[in-house]
Amino acid sequence: MTQYGQIILDFSYLVAAILFVIGLKLLSKPESAKKGNLYAAGGMVLAMITTLILHKDAHGKGIPLENIILIVTVIAVGTVVGAVVARRVKMTAMPQLVSFYNATGGAASALVALMEFSNPENSSTLVTLLGLVIGSIAFSGSMIAYGKLDGWIKDWLSPAMKYINIIILLVVTALVAYLMVAGDPFMDAEVLVYILFGIALVYGVFFVMPIGGADMPVVISLLNSFTGIAAAMAGFIYSNQAMILGGIFVGAAGTILTVLMCRAMNRSLINVIIGAFGGGGAAKSDKEIGTIKEISLSDAAVLLNYTSKVVIVPGYGLAAAQAQHTCSELDKLLSESGVEVKYAIHPVAGRMPGHMNVLLAEADVPYEKLVEMDDINPELPNTDVVIVIGANDVVNPAALDDPSSPIYGMPIINAHEAKNIIVMKRGMGKGYAAIENYLFYDDKTRMLFGNAKETLQKLVSEIKSL
Amino acid sequence: MEQLLHFFDANKEAIFVIVLSVFLGIEVISNVPSVLHTPLMSGANAISGVIIIGGIILLGHADLSKFTLEVVLGILAVLFGTLNVAGGFVVTDRMLEMFRKKKRN
Repeated sequence: MTQYGQIILDFSYLVAAILFVIGLKLLSKPESAKKGNLYAAGGMVLAMITTLILHKDAHGKGIPLENIILIVTVIAVGTVVGAVVARRVKMTAMPQLVSFYNATGGAASALVALMEFSNPENSSTLVTLLGLVIGSIAFSGSMIAYGKLDGWIKDWLSPAMKYINIIILLVVTALVAYLMVAGDPFMDAEVLVYILFGIALVYGVFFVMPIGGADMPVVISLLNSFTGIAAAMAGFIYSNQAMILGGIFVGAAGTILTVLMCRAMNRSLINVIIGAFGGGGAAKSDKEIGTIKEISLSDAAVLLNYTSKVVIVPGYGLAAAQAQHTCSELDKLLSESGVEVKYAIHPVAGRMPGHMNVLLAEADVPYEKLVEMDDINPELPNTDVVIVIGANDVVNPAALDDPSSPIYGMPIINAHEAKNIIVMKRGMGKGYAAIENYLFYDDKTRMLFGNAKETLQKLVSEIKSL
Repeated sequence: MEQLLHFFDANKEAIFVIVLSVFLGIEVISNVPSVLHTPLMSGANAISGVIIIGGIILLGHADLSKFTLEVVLGILAVLFGTLNVAGGFVVTDRMLEMFRKKKRN
């Protein structure tokens, strides 16, 4: 009977692992994404239930009933809280919520590793320590990312940071090596492990602290893969196939997603981590800067209403002002009067990859209208008006023709090729990369200053009154 | 060197699983439209909550007769893991809800 239980448990892990893989695969296509999410969730629930019922410790002892009751209670509380918060939160706050849930996963891994270190039956010291370190970094790093996205933690960049980080990393490596070599549990081992736990937490903070707004998506994705790897390390402690496969799978997927995002910005991962973007100073260019030309709301309304093709380039400013619904309203209004409206989506616009898509989808913008950068660029020379809403670096032509610019080489949306450009911006502040954007000085460009939502609202009522 | 070989021998099944999972992860993600990056990241995040299994095992075999640090941290581990799993899947579902809704229009 005992043996059958073990076999069923292992088999359920296999099924769970298959469901994870199929789930993520289905998640990568728009039509099947929802089903994919359900599959993966189903795999998780299955593995949780079979573990609870069938898991035996090294002495063949199952989980006692009182423990089961306690665990089920805790899970029930966690599920209710997690699900309610996830349902209630505003769409614009989605990125920080994902970051927060990633932090909880990292914390769970770190705690499991911390407890298992002192378990005499656990012989895999290396994976335990790795799980502890990686899980702790994922936890504190994700919490900082969460705070930054939520706006209560500011960027903090100091030149010394780079060296401090390297030193911390060396200390962590040394501690892990020492605990490994020291072998048999000795007196101070547990104290050292707590110190390691603390240092790893501090490292997570220092790791994310200097990384600025536009790089946040990359960091969250990276931390996400950390959580996966930490879970896999814990999986080794228990020789648990579902945890190993699920964790490594997410780790690999997260890493490749991170690389894809870096590539979309034409930056190396190292560069993002060191945070050299803002630190490199402003671009040195002797290019002639023209003058800024503003446009009145009524002129903008006329220009938009009596034209045939409009492309909207949304950026973080749109998300920050929560202007997606107003933007969609403008789109509907123009579409009704026969204007063709599309959206140009830069892969890293917003605070997460695909952030703009989710926001605009929430505002009922049809999927077909959202066009990716590479597909929209050839259409831009025939576009009558491009409206840039709260985007900056992703439309900066310096990326194409100014080799001295820090963003040189980054693929951009070629807004400057359109016949007219309207830029909605809060003020003349520079984008995250802190460099001048020549698009704003272009002869074809007209500026509309103000909060994106308010400006859009005024524009909508202006068009209605035409 | 010998230690390394021993390590490989002792863990060869796990190492195979790791290597193949890495390829699988890369393969599954490689051709994703950027539209789905956020839901995908969120879905992957929920799956990384698989650490909940570790939490269940830890707390499952903990001695509940004494109120120890192990019990407290075990409860926290299960709670955090659950938040990651439940929150992660629900957030993903909510994001995808929107894609489906506008598809029908």
